[in-house]
Amino acid sequence: MLALAGVGRTWGTKAALENVSLDIAAGQFVCVVGASGSGKSTLLSIVAGLVAPTSGAVTLAGEAVTGPGPDRGLVCQSGAVYPWRTVEQNIGFGLELLGLPRAERRARVDWYLAETGLSGLRAALPKQLSGGQRQRVAIARALACEPRVLLLDEPFGALDVQTKEDMQVFLRGVWRDTGTTVLMVTHDVEEAVFLGQRVVVLASHPGRVAADVPVPLPDDRDRLVKRAPDFLRLRADVEDLVRSSI
Amino acid sequence: MTAATAAGVSAEATPSVRASWRPLPRRRTVRPPRAVLAIRAPLPPAARITLAALSVLLPLAVWLVLGATGAVDPRYLPAPDKVWHAGLDMAASGQLWTDLWATLQRILYGFGLAVLVSVPLGIAMGSFNAANALLEPLSGLLRYLPAAAFTPLLLIWLGIGENPKIALIFLGTVFFNMLMTADVVRLVPRDFIDVAYTLGARRGEVLRKIIVPHSLPGMLDAVRVNFAAAWNLVVVAELVNSETGLGKRILLAQRFTQTDKIFAILVVIALVGVATDVLLRLARNRIGRWV
Repeated sequence: MLALAGVGRTWGTKAALENVSLDIAAGQFVCVVGASGSGKSTLLSIVAGLVAPTSGAVTLAGEAVTGPGPDRGLVCQSGAVYPWRTVEQNIGFGLELLGLPRAERRARVDWYLAETGLSGLRAALPKQLSGGQRQRVAIARALACEPRVLLLDEPFGALDVQTKEDMQVFLRGVWRDTGTTVLMVTHDVEEAVFLGQRVVVLASHPGRVAADVPVPLPDDRDRLVKRAPDFLRLRADVEDLVRSSI
Repeated sequence: MTAATAAGVSAEATPSVRASWRPLPRRRTVRPPRAVLAIRAPLPPAARITLAALSVLLPLAVWLVLGATGAVDPRYLPAPDKVWHAGLDMAASGQLWTDLWATLQRILYGFGLAVLVSVPLGIAMGSFNAANALLEPLSGLLRYLPAAAFTPLLLIWLGIGENPKIALIFLGTVFFNMLMTADVVRLVPRDFIDVAYTLGARRGEVLRKIIVPHSLPGMLDAVRVNFAAAWNLVVVAELVNSETGLGKRILLAQRFTQTDKIFAILVVIALVGVATDVLLRLARNRIGRWV
């Protein structure tokens, strides 16, 4: 459904990405890992339409990606939750831009508030929220526009270890409940293997696909999966792949 | 340190090299200083109130003592009670209000115009590199020309009415406010703008719904700072050429060595300035509740 064909990007004379081709099926959860300099954030920006590729093309459901749009929701590491808007107003921002009437907007926002466990914080300002709650708002805001793909750029990179694990379990739940296709960039191999059905490893300088590893774990995962021998073996393999492709 | 490293040749990081060093000199640990004297330490409320009161009351006490003892010729430094009475007299005759209103009006027009022009241009400079490239060199240069030096030119160009005074305040504040607004707008995080685009926002919506709300508290801060500059300029303008206004009144009082009147007007200027500053601060804190 989401297809990257020979995508490359250069900044001046430096190549950040070279000949990246990927096909992501509808409903799939794909993680991209790589060392710094592997161009994984650039890759996500290109899919989001914020950066134009210098070669190759991105298509979404057969249509060429030419710019940013609500069919590709983005959540970045900072969350970019608007501090002057309440939780409710943040989640409803995309719907407001679509011109949805207030009542309809509210009904939809209510669903996402419940889904993300933020119903009690509807009128709170972002400064009153914890880091994890802010990322929930950012995810709900992107999902409210019912994107074909949810793009996540190190969404839990700034969180403490426990919160991060809670958010990973939360994200899998959201993915199950909404059926949204997810493309997530992270440098955390454990996170990638835990979350993804597939882990794409990028090599550095320039960024290119080094490996595309299927994750043969059951779709119903809880945090205890991380202690299973299968999980640990796969995680070690991917870590080795990342190291060997720097 | 070995001779080799002193000569700039790097030593090998072997444990034996480290073992050959003499022990580092020790520094005695000192007791942390009291809160009032510690760097960046939170101040106890009692200390804060005392210091704030002293900052006003101490100079006032010195003034009272000097006035009461007659240590300084009252022609140079009138006693506080004489200043108070001079102020009351001016207020009673209505003179003070006429002058205050004339001065305030000039600020309202001159600075109001400057805000109307500088805020949109500042937003444009902070948002569009093209606008910045176009406006930055000119405003950066004009900012350094002292506005007061334009007074003679403005008198030639605009005559002797209200216009040159309004123009002086405008010229003296517009470039500063524009550049400060642009700086505030540049602080809008890139992520905020990118995410808005991915949520379907158009360029105009990004400006209206992201850049302006995020910058509003900072823009009000800039207005507050430059409002003080407008106060300075209006008095300068009135000193040069005017029929009314607080500056003109100071000039007239000087002609008759009425220092008590001059002091009274200075106090009025200070009070009005502080009052507007407090009001703008309240407005900023209300609009910037989310910060």
